[in-house]
Amino acid sequence: MSQPAPLLSVERLTMRFGGLLAIDDLSLDVAARRITGVIGPNGAGKTTFFNCLTGFYKPTVGSVRLNHPQRGVLRLETLASHQVARSAQVVRTFQNIRLFPQMTVLENLIVAQHNALQQASRFSLAGLLGLPGYRRAETAAMEKAVGWLQRLGLIDKADTAAGALPYGMQRRIEIARALCVDPLLLCLDEPAAGLNPRESAELNELLKHLAGVEGIAILLIEHDMSVVMNVSDHICVLNYGRKIAEGSPAEIQRDPNVIKAYLGEEEADELGSDEEHRPEGVQ
Amino acid sequence: MTALVLAPHGTSPADRLKDAAAVAFIALLLGIPMIGLLTVDQGGALRVATRWPTLFAFVAICFTGRLILRLAIDRLRAAKQARERSDVELAAADRTASPWLTWIGWAALGVALALPMVFSENRYVVDTATTVLIYVMLGWGLNVVVGLAGLLDLGYVAFYAVGAYTYGLLSTQFGWGFWQALPVAGAIAASFGILLGWPTLRLRGDYLAIVTLGFGEIIRIILVNWTELSGGPNGIASIARPSFFGLPFKPPGDEATFASFFGLEYSTNHRIVFLYYLILALALLTNLFVSRMRTLPIGRAWEAIREDEIACKAMGINARNVKLSAFAIGAMLGGFAGVFFAARQGFISPESFTFNESAIILAIVVLGGMGSQLGVVLASLVLVLLPELGRDFAEYRMLLFGAAMILIMVWKPGGILSHREPTLRYRANGGRR
Repeated sequence: MSQPAPLLSVERLTMRFGGLLAIDDLSLDVAARRITGVIGPNGAGKTTFFNCLTGFYKPTVGSVRLNHPQRGVLRLETLASHQVARSAQVVRTFQNIRLFPQMTVLENLIVAQHNALQQASRFSLAGLLGLPGYRRAETAAMEKAVGWLQRLGLIDKADTAAGALPYGMQRRIEIARALCVDPLLLCLDEPAAGLNPRESAELNELLKHLAGVEGIAILLIEHDMSVVMNVSDHICVLNYGRKIAEGSPAEIQRDPNVIKAYLGEEEADELGSDEEHRPEGVQ
Repeated sequence: MTALVLAPHGTSPADRLKDAAAVAFIALLLGIPMIGLLTVDQGGALRVATRWPTLFAFVAICFTGRLILRLAIDRLRAAKQARERSDVELAAADRTASPWLTWIGWAALGVALALPMVFSENRYVVDTATTVLIYVMLGWGLNVVVGLAGLLDLGYVAFYAVGAYTYGLLSTQFGWGFWQALPVAGAIAASFGILLGWPTLRLRGDYLAIVTLGFGEIIRIILVNWTELSGGPNGIASIARPSFFGLPFKPPGDEATFASFFGLEYSTNHRIVFLYYLILALALLTNLFVSRMRTLPIGRAWEAIREDEIACKAMGINARNVKLSAFAIGAMLGGFAGVFFAARQGFISPESFTFNESAIILAIVVLGGMGSQLGVVLASLVLVLLPELGRDFAEYRMLLFGAAMILIMVWKPGGILSHREPTLRYRANGGRR
């Protein structure tokens, strides 16, 4: 497979919290229209890495460059978290789902389109007066939200409060909400955590569809190897904040460093039979 | 054990008896020294006398009282569970707007419109109703900040004061009228809202409450001490009263007055009734404005900030601007109410803008049900009328007031009306909107 020019290039990223080195000199390229998996044991710095990409943390050292097709090269580490989503179209989900629980599923997806709608409402004036320009924008936002809800099989729950729905559904709502921001790069933090095997399989299909058909690059943190090995085009393995391996799923499965990090030296032979690592504390 | 497993929330009669017996036992232990034994003065020396019958009566009262209380709590809890179950079922059935709420809203509007006609000669009733409406308007304004955006503001009265003093000064120093001053005062109050909002952007919950509380006090203390501007504790007097499209409410004289223009006999009640309709109109406009804002992107962003600020940022929403807009619009509405207050009283002083006022306005929003417009009306009625009705109870008035607040919070922890109406629906009455 020929590698297209990278959409995102992370160079020598280091994140230090006092004496703790959470990410140590990490460099990584993320290709457009591909799924890049980020795996590693608990505490390896995966979520910290996401926080650095999406503006929630300012990295101590290093740069994160995004090749935006319209806006040129953007330095994500200089942007605030909302600008990362708005200007760079890098959108994330959260390990411990963060929906707007009292708002309906549809409202959650409309809120994600806030910037476009706010612009159409002209500081709420056009909205207050109900001018046709704003109404058109609202209808378009509704259609986009409804489209994703239908695609993800959530349309029956459109008018239900998001917090009242089961866990697996909330995961899908969070992905649908992120998709409403029109991401170039979608960063998913353990989207399969707490899903049953059937839901995991559906997630695999969805991720492949998003990357292959919709052309959205995906950066995927996941412990569920049935998902990561199945959908990833490229995998990066972190341990104690360092990149210990990088390559295709097949290469990663054979990599002695990875086997050592995950299983310890003695049990290294049993990798094939122990593919489902579930993170702790997840139902 | 099995009973506990089978009915984790209910208690059996035997459990209740046991519980009441335990309470009675504690009452007995406490009662022996406090009630059972009494020191009496007998010929200059202290003797201990016993009052066993009184003690046993006390213990018996505790026993039955506890039994009844337990029973009542269980009944209420069972009723609440049944209600919650039906709520879940209704939610699952995708219910549309509860029609009875809309109906109550229209009925309340009808009553509000008819009230001064029915009680046109009763100044006390119309005056009290005007006070209720001021609180309704303040409640609707604060609802934007606390109910929608979830920013706990304990200093809301500061914006009310800014509005009132802006009009007071513009009127006495520059001779501005009510309608000229209204937008200016609103704008100044809004800029004070931003001024307060800016340093508190990173704060939430308790910390925000403390800072806003401080802000409210700062404004009041400035008003007390900056005598050249505000008149200090003496306040500002003889503020112009609003006129009816240029027609003043005065006894007949040389110029045209409201009474002479309409050929009516002059009555002081004309102004009272006019003020009532004025605040009613302002409050209704506020309601219309806030309800409309809630269904706009900015309103949804307010609610989203309340629900999860981090998720908002991840969706590309500028949390700073959203919070500042909530502060500014809440403050502006408070400023409008302040202008009306100054115009109605004709006299303002820092006395009217104490922390107590902030607390009452916040209580109105919380008791009414965060974010609920109709809830604010009901809570204002309760919180203004209760102290009025309680005047007969003299010093027990505030006790009564506090007890009522506690009862409402126990009975309805989410406020009187805690139902949240979605801002838009996929299925409205079976089809697309």
